[in-house]
Amino acid sequence: MRISRSATIILGFISSLVLAVIYLPLVIVFINSFNKSMNMEWPPPGFTLNWWVRAFGSGGLIAALGTSVVIALCASLVALVLGTLLALALSRYKFFGKESIGLMVILPIALPGIVTGLALNNAFRTVLGLQLSMATVIIAHATFCIVTVYNNVLARLSRTNRNLEDASADLGAGIFTTFRLITLPQIGSALIAGGLLAFALSFDEIIVTTFTAGAGVETLPIWILNNMFRPGKAPVVDVVAVTTVLISVIPLYFAQKLSRDDAK
Amino acid sequence: MKLSKAKGLVVAVAVSLALAGCSSGSGNNGGTMLDKLGANEKTLTLLGWPGYAEDGSTDKTVDWVTPFEKETGCQVTFKPYGTSDEALSLFKTGQYDAIAASGDATLRLVAGGYVQPLNTALIPSYANVYSFLKNRAWNTVDKKSYGVPHGYGANLLMYNTDVVKPAPTSWSVVFDGASAYKGKVTAYDSPIYIADAALYLMKHKPELGITNPYSLDKDQLAEAVDLLKAQRANVGEYWSDYLKSIQSFETGNTVVGTTWQVIKNSMSTKSHTEAILPTEGATGWSDSWMISSSTKHVNCAYKWLDYIDSPKANAAATEYFGEAPVTQDACQYASDKAFCDTYHAGDEAYAAQIWYWTTPISTCLDGRKDVKCTDYAAWTKAWQDIKG
Amino acid sequence: MTKNPSVAGAAIAVTPARRVSSYLYNHAKARLQLLLAAPVLWLALVYIAALLMLLVTAFWTVDEFTGNTKVAWNLDNIVSLFTDSLYSSVTLRTIGIALGVTLVDIALALPIAFFMSKVAGPKLRNILAISVLLPLWASYLVKAYAWRSVLSNKGVLQWLLEPLGLNTPGYSLWGAAITLGYMWLPYVILPIYGGLEKVPGNMLEASSDLGAKTFTTVRRVIFPMILPSIIAGSIFAFSLTLGDYITINIVGGPNQMLGNLIYTNVGTANNLPMAAALALIPIAIMFAYLGSVRRTGALNNL
Repeated sequence: MRISRSATIILGFISSLVLAVIYLPLVIVFINSFNKSMNMEWPPPGFTLNWWVRAFGSGGLIAALGTSVVIALCASLVALVLGTLLALALSRYKFFGKESIGLMVILPIALPGIVTGLALNNAFRTVLGLQLSMATVIIAHATFCIVTVYNNVLARLSRTNRNLEDASADLGAGIFTTFRLITLPQIGSALIAGGLLAFALSFDEIIVTTFTAGAGVETLPIWILNNMFRPGKAPVVDVVAVTTVLISVIPLYFAQKLSRDDAK
Repeated sequence: MKLSKAKGLVVAVAVSLALAGCSSGSGNNGGTMLDKLGANEKTLTLLGWPGYAEDGSTDKTVDWVTPFEKETGCQVTFKPYGTSDEALSLFKTGQYDAIAASGDATLRLVAGGYVQPLNTALIPSYANVYSFLKNRAWNTVDKKSYGVPHGYGANLLMYNTDVVKPAPTSWSVVFDGASAYKGKVTAYDSPIYIADAALYLMKHKPELGITNPYSLDKDQLAEAVDLLKAQRANVGEYWSDYLKSIQSFETGNTVVGTTWQVIKNSMSTKSHTEAILPTEGATGWSDSWMISSSTKHVNCAYKWLDYIDSPKANAAATEYFGEAPVTQDACQYASDKAFCDTYHAGDEAYAAQIWYWTTPISTCLDGRKDVKCTDYAAWTKAWQDIKG
Repeated sequence: MTKNPSVAGAAIAVTPARRVSSYLYNHAKARLQLLLAAPVLWLALVYIAALLMLLVTAFWTVDEFTGNTKVAWNLDNIVSLFTDSLYSSVTLRTIGIALGVTLVDIALALPIAFFMSKVAGPKLRNILAISVLLPLWASYLVKAYAWRSVLSNKGVLQWLLEPLGLNTPGYSLWGAAITLGYMWLPYVILPIYGGLEKVPGNMLEASSDLGAKTFTTVRRVIFPMILPSIIAGSIFAFSLTLGDYITINIVGGPNQMLGNLIYTNVGTANNLPMAAALALIPIAIMFAYLGSVRRTGALNNL
């Protein structure tokens, strides 16, 4: 389609406007991380590096960051395995109940977090009598992360060439070997994209986490929530947000690059 | 202080595999009181308001847990909660050895059998606690003491001196006179705030017969709800955390409403605000540390209760949170020399004007036998209706 | 293949793994069962079972004295959902906000997704894709508080609007809707961008060669093709708004949404059965929504 020049300009203008709105609050967060006022007064009465120094000297913050990374990694791993298995099954076979399974995998993310959180909390504590812990958070997160991997892999499988797999089998490769050498490389970047999204979802999740975390399990969002309630801690929280955003550029860049290379 | 990550994960998995009975069955010493202390158990899991047990992980200079750990060998894990109600549901899981609870939670904890009566003879520093904080409705049931005080404070009236004129002396500025500041009034976001309205009615409409703002029969509750529904039309927002309240006073989104002393102290100097104890008196809180009835670490828990009431630790904890300490001895350890004066610590006349948060229950707390009073569940539903 | 001797070798040696492999190769059904076993068991046991238990709890009650959940079958909670005006008004308010947020997000996501996939060059496209994803890594709470600052009486929005004779919406339902729309925008842009990527460029060429104007091409060719992606995005925005109780507290003024009622009942009131009954409302709404869009294939685009 030849897009007219005026349409290009209008689209470009709207896009920049949307991006500006997306980044406006983040800029404010960035500035507030240097704000001298501990209540994030606006405009800032002065600037200080104090919050950055404090943030990196805070053991609780580092521990919470560690907890979040462990939970997000574990949950993404479980989601990667389960999501891939499910995508393989649903893309390669026709069977009774296929649609229900497709719906089932979407439910944990399609239903609001408070419903998922409440349901799991009730099941863990009241029904199973389990103590809430880090494991319960991982189980909960993995459950709603499956869908991101599943959809990415399913989309990729629908575009891959099945002839390669057949050829591999014809040449005498077993099904595990075929999966390892043919299927896995084909869905590799889809796994990375899905896994990364799963990681991000888990990393910033707060509602389901609130309902499923045990005593002493403090993820980064919960640490942030707790610190928002403390006097004079808000700017430290801004430091955390700025840092996570800056760090996340790296995996995002590589994921984009990978999927680009893949598409070529 | 904390388990290593890997270890934590292993423990977490192991716990999750264990069945219900294993975790809650043993170690329950029910309603009995401890006669003497034994050896410390090495670990202690605490639940409290944010800032009640700081171990330096938030701020290196704020730490009164580490000295306790060194002294007793009890390794502390602390979980902060946001509201009294969240505290209750967390504590019920049985994962915590002790809790710092406000009076709107304590009676529910006692009634549910989640906490044990205390042998205060085993808590030496309890002897120095202000007598007006002892044996009160929110920490003592059937003459048995269930909690030792942590700190106390009043819910004050804060106003913007540029906007709210003349300077108010009464809560009427947020009730009958609230329409003058439509959209800029704030109130505490909890069912327990109904008591603030009840206190106001108690002073201004004596014909309703309210003698204790936590003891309302059906009709009295309805009156308080009507007052709050009228107030709702003028409320800009309800607050439940410091930051929200501070910010909206700073920006002028809010000009009048309930506050805590610590919020007033956190306001910048250029914001013109004043906080007062109105003529009607005020509601307030007096928080107590209580020990779980199913704890397996009762000795460490007793040690903690003793420690938190000791002058140095109590000064550090209450000054950090922004409330009055519970002993006179604590005052000398405060970093701000004016600390005890600012918070009116030990001022009995001031304390007498405070109606401390108490859980409303169906047995009337004011001694009436002929009617049933409304309980906290009723207050919660009423609060939802008020917010609409 | 020749580079990999293990494949050739495996064809000769009969290892146990090889036996399993050839059994599975010949038995498609066993293969399927093996693939499905773990994920289906996980979802059914962890999630569906939990959901069903929650539904059952809605028909129980709370013991007045201990505050514990008691198994006493009754319909009181369900009946009150329909009779108590509080619940219907809050539900309507929540649906209204969720619909508004969803529509605005779609309206904003369409042009930027289109620009990314059809106008921008590969390099700019990469930068834009990262720019859209980046805010997802700034904490939800931090962003909500940033909006609190933007929306306040002395905030940036007031500063921008004042010269135009307008005022910031402040802390209100409008404020909450703006903030929620902001929060979920990347979740809506992503699937729509993904959908547009799948629309082949030459199909658009063909459309314009056949004389269709840009607008006609968009409406008649592109829109039908990316409709499933739009619906997928809308599921995110709608469902996330439906259950939110944190943003409304921070920027919503004195108002409450469905999420607050559920949260209050489980947290404050300690009334799990009532909370479960209230949770049925978003569940029912989402099921109705998912059911009505099932045929479009949107569910594979999340």
